[in-house]
Amino acid sequence: MPVTLSSNDIAAGEQRCSRGVSVAINDVSIAFDGRTVLENFDIEISAGEFVAIVGRSGCGKSTLLRSVVGLETPQNGTISLGKVADNVAEHHGKPDVRVMFQDSRLLPWKKILPNVMLGLDPALTAQARKVLAQVGLAERANDWPATLSGGQRQRVALARALVHDPNLLLLDEPLGSLDALTRIEMQQLIEDVWRSRGFTAMLVTHDVAEAISLADRVILIEGGRVAFDEIVNIPRPRTRGSARFAALEERILGRVLQRRPIVEDEW
Amino acid sequence: MKQGTMNQRQQSPALKTRFRPNIVAKQALPWAVPVLLLIAWQWAASVGILPSRFLPSPRAVGSSFIELSASGELWMHVRVSTLRALSGFAVGGGVGLLLGLFTASMHWAEILLDTTIQMVRNIPPLALIPLVILWFGIDESAKLFLVALGVFFPVYINTFHGIRSVDRGLLEMGRTYGLSGWRLYREIILPGALPSILVGVRFSLGLMWVILIVAETISARSGIGYMTMNAREFMQTDVMVVGILLYAILGKLADLLAKGLERYWLRWNPAYQSAQ
Repeated sequence: MPVTLSSNDIAAGEQRCSRGVSVAINDVSIAFDGRTVLENFDIEISAGEFVAIVGRSGCGKSTLLRSVVGLETPQNGTISLGKVADNVAEHHGKPDVRVMFQDSRLLPWKKILPNVMLGLDPALTAQARKVLAQVGLAERANDWPATLSGGQRQRVALARALVHDPNLLLLDEPLGSLDALTRIEMQQLIEDVWRSRGFTAMLVTHDVAEAISLADRVILIEGGRVAFDEIVNIPRPRTRGSARFAALEERILGRVLQRRPIVEDEW
Repeated sequence: MKQGTMNQRQQSPALKTRFRPNIVAKQALPWAVPVLLLIAWQWAASVGILPSRFLPSPRAVGSSFIELSASGELWMHVRVSTLRALSGFAVGGGVGLLLGLFTASMHWAEILLDTTIQMVRNIPPLALIPLVILWFGIDESAKLFLVALGVFFPVYINTFHGIRSVDRGLLEMGRTYGLSGWRLYREIILPGALPSILVGVRFSLGLMWVILIVAETISARSGIGYMTMNAREFMQTDVMVVGILLYAILGKLADLLAKGLERYWLRWNPAYQSAQ
C-alpha cells in the first residue's frame, strides 16, 4: 500500500528519508503452540515513516515487532528491510535496527555510560556522552541504574538505542510503565529525536492518544490482521486538545471497542 | 556512583546525630555476650569451679597463645592449614565454577553430567576419609582432595543456578545489541550469575574449614588440627583451646573475605551496598 506523508512532514524531514529504511512485512504468520498470533499479515512502511501499531493486549502487536528484529521467527512469510541510502552506509549497507522495550533492560552491574555504550566501539565514548546529554542525563553518567527513576531509565535506554544511529527504531510499549507526566515528556523527546534524525520508527502501544500524537500512520491489529490503517493528517507539533486529534482518537477507539466479545453469551 | 553516595552523605549527618547513642549501642551489643561469657569463664577458673584439666582459664589460653606464637610453632601450623584450605578451595571451587558454567550453558553437558553430579553430591565428603587415607595415605593430597571435593558442590550448584536464572530480558536485549558468544557471556551472563556464585563461594569457605579440621584431626603431621590433637595426647588443654579458637578466627576471616568480595563485585546492587 503506497503511503504519502503529509506535506508539512515532507518539508520537515528532507534528510529523514535518507537515514531511515523501509520495512516490508509480507504474508507473515506466527503461531505459538498452535495458537495463531499473526495470520497472513502484510504491511509496508516507507523509509523515515513513524508508524504506530495499536491493538488490544495479546493481539500480536509485540510479536510483530519482535519478529522484525529477529527475536521471533515467522512460520510463514517474509520480513525485509530496505537498503540504507548510500550516503549513510556506515554499516556496510546493512540497516541498524534497535529496540526499546517496555522495561528499560539496563544492565544493573554497569554504570549509566557503559550501559549506553553496550556493543559500541569504546572509541565512541564522546558520542555516547553527547547522546546522554541529549536525553538530559549527562550528569548521571557515573551512576548505577538502580539509583535512577523509571522515566530516567527509559531515557537511558533511548540513548543506548540512539547512540548507534539506528535506521529503524522499534519501540515496544516503551512508555507503558511511566506516569502520565513522564510519558508526555518522553513522547516529546522521542518525537524530537525522530524529527532530527529521520530514522524509521515502529511504535507498539495500547494508548491511542500516544499513537496519534507521535505517528504518521496508525495501524490497528485485530485477530492477527490489519483491521485499520490510517494516515494521521494532523500537522506537528500536535496538540491533544485539537478537534481533529480528538475526532481521530474517537474514531480509532470506537473501532477498537466495537469488537468487544459479548460475555453474556457464555451463559 | 558519585551522585548516589552524595545523596547518601547528605542524608547521613542528620541520621547520625539523631541516632548516635543507638549506633554506639549497636556496635557494642553483639560483643556483650562473648565478653560476659569470658568474664564468667575466667571467674569460674580462678575460683576453681572449672578444673584446668577440662578447660583452662582464658589467661592460660592467652599465655599459651603468646608462647606458641613467640616460638613460631603456631604460625607454622596456621600457614600449613591456610595453605591447605586455600589450595583445596582453589582446586574444588575452580573446577566447580568451570563445570557449573559448562553444564548451565551447554544443554548436552547438563544431560550428560548433571545426574552424576547430583548423585555424588549426596555423599558426605567426610564419609570418604577411610578410602582417602587408603588412596593417598596421610599425605597433603589427601587433605587437598577432601577440601576440594567438599567445596566443589556448593560452587557448582550455585554457579549452575546463577547462570540459569540470568534475566531472559537482558539476554534478549544483549542479542539485539549484537552481543554473542564470549561478549554476551562477559557482559551479561557472568555478571548476572555472580550474586548466586558468590553465595556458593561464601558457603564453601565455611565448609572448607570444617572439612579441613576433621581431615587434619584424623590424619596429619602438621596444621592446626594436628596441633590440637597432639596437645590432647599431652593433656595440654590450653593449646587445644588455642587451636579451636584459631579455627573460629580463620572461619570468620574467610567469611569477611567473602563479604568483601560481595560488597565489591555486587556494589551495583542496592542490597549489597555498604550501610555507610
